[in-house]
Amino acid sequence: MAAISSPPGGHLAGGLLPKWAPYAVYAGSAALSAAVLAATGAFTIALTLVFAVIVACIGMYVWARAVEGPRRAFDRTITMMIAAAFALAMIPLISLLYEVISRGLPGLNWEFLTEDARGVINGGGAAHALVGTLVITGVAAIISVPIGIMAAIYLTEYGEGKLRKALTFFVDVMTGIPSIVAGLFAYALFELFLGPGIRLGVMGSVALSVLMIPIVIRSAEEVLKIVPNHLREAAYALGTPKWKTITKIVLPTAFAGLVTGVMLSVARIIGETAPLLVTTGVIDSINSDPFEGRMQNLAVYAYSEYRSPGIDKAASYDRAWAAALLLIAIVMILNVVARLVYRRYKTEIHR
Amino acid sequence: MEEKKVSATVGSSEKKEGGTEHGSESLAQTAHASHLAHEAQMGSSGATTTAPSTGRAKTIEARDVNLFYGDFHAVENVSLTIKPNKVTALIGSSGCGKTTFLRSLNRMHELTPGARVEGSITLDGEDMYAGGVDPVRVRRLVGMVFQQPNPFPTMSIYDNVASGLNLNAGKIKKSQKDEVVERSLRGSNLWEEVKDRLDKPGLGLSGGQQQRLCIARAIAIEPEVLLMDEPCSALDPVATLAIEDLIGELKSRYTIVIVTHNMQQAARASDLTAFFNLEESGKPGRLVEVGETETIFTNPTEKATEDYVSGRFG
Repeated sequence: MAAISSPPGGHLAGGLLPKWAPYAVYAGSAALSAAVLAATGAFTIALTLVFAVIVACIGMYVWARAVEGPRRAFDRTITMMIAAAFALAMIPLISLLYEVISRGLPGLNWEFLTEDARGVINGGGAAHALVGTLVITGVAAIISVPIGIMAAIYLTEYGEGKLRKALTFFVDVMTGIPSIVAGLFAYALFELFLGPGIRLGVMGSVALSVLMIPIVIRSAEEVLKIVPNHLREAAYALGTPKWKTITKIVLPTAFAGLVTGVMLSVARIIGETAPLLVTTGVIDSINSDPFEGRMQNLAVYAYSEYRSPGIDKAASYDRAWAAALLLIAIVMILNVVARLVYRRYKTEIHR
Repeated sequence: MEEKKVSATVGSSEKKEGGTEHGSESLAQTAHASHLAHEAQMGSSGATTTAPSTGRAKTIEARDVNLFYGDFHAVENVSLTIKPNKVTALIGSSGCGKTTFLRSLNRMHELTPGARVEGSITLDGEDMYAGGVDPVRVRRLVGMVFQQPNPFPTMSIYDNVASGLNLNAGKIKKSQKDEVVERSLRGSNLWEEVKDRLDKPGLGLSGGQQQRLCIARAIAIEPEVLLMDEPCSALDPVATLAIEDLIGELKSRYTIVIVTHNMQQAARASDLTAFFNLEESGKPGRLVEVGETETIFTNPTEKATEDYVSGRFG
């Protein structure tokens, strides 16, 4: 085991593979795998990729070991494996985006955004669903954000000992509640007071709040924890009462993070389908009053266009894809805005 | 409603009436005419005059103070008189309880979960740990400067200095606030450096300037005592010298207690020195010796003090 033997050609300069080596190895092994599989008559793309990765890792190791030595060979092999795993993770995402965009874009026109489907036998738009989504989610946010942030303030600033631990545990449990359970909860709650068969926009909002509150608490708690303790102490040392320290020092310092957390939690719940199916129902005209009548939303719209298409099935499917694309676009916009807000308002904290 | 009663203490004369009223109902259900209960009146006279009187500095007297973190006994039986208009330095090796003791002097110690205080600490004869005393009020009278400069990151230089007023007083006239900010910044020798950029963030300043900003913030609310917890340990020698000069000037108006690891600093900047020590780790820290700084450094009574100040250990 002469580990630190000088590589040939000098004390420092060792053998080094060219920069393009990994790509060449991947290309080579892909071609090799394809050829071998085609020859044996078992060619499929998936199988080729699997074999290509295996062959490439082995090939890279052998080649690099010969030129660069065992340490770098091992490093290169692991690097290639990680790259392959990353590519594997990206495949579903990219193919999903591609699919939704290519199928949804044709249906996403002005009519789709501005017209509802009232009295239309075949066609119409999704304006009622868009309005419903915004109203339901907006009301859900109005309910969840104050509760969530105040709960997070309790957990970080006031909570102590076992109660705090228990609450944190239950918040964690709540983040794992299946969304349909939240929907049934909201339905049962309103049914108790308003009778069976009730469908209201605000019921959907309540159901979504059940899902959103724990997310807001979690994100806000993390952000509030980052606010350094020395700032609180500085405020206390000025004779500032606790609640004022929280409202005037802690919250402003954490502002950007709080807003970002809220936006991301909205993005997380805006696409919920199951809880809304049982709470807000299905309708084909615009209703912007959450306290009166049924309310459509984009996810349920996409679902029902697919589930019960009109006479022209293809057109219904197009609308379902368009609704899906619209939903993804909204989520993406929320994410981008969250990032912009964070960048614009984040507080530099010196520790 | 604690903010109400504090609001008046900060020194707006407009608020005086409301504050006095709240002060007497909220502090110590025993409505004795103590200054802790009625300092609203004193505060209101302080902020409006440009040259505060020297009479505000107060004596702190600690008697048999024992400090705990949960079960851990951090400081044992400290009795110490801190004289007004003097700089008292607390020296000693790390972990001997200097900072803990300092934090007990404005009731910051109890902010640590599980922390306890036994014994009595009085501010001009009034027990700051008595039943009805509001810690928020004590901290208003006993200001503190921390080891790390910690200006509020969301605020400008101006707002940092005015934060004590903004956070604790009600509405104050802009002109009055301007006056307090300028006086405090002049008081901390920072005015000339920042007067043209008061609206810039406080974090944009250098470390030494930030620390002087924090001192300005602390003195803006006209405390009676100023506690400093190793205020120069994060600063370079030039900034340190600036702070030490400042301490020398401030003692004409305040009682100052400073914790320091720097022997030269204690020797240069303080009038009195208290040496803390702990016999071994895990044991509580104790006050070994206190006296005139010169005596402590040249002719201490205790062997441990001599060893420490001469650098033979610790």
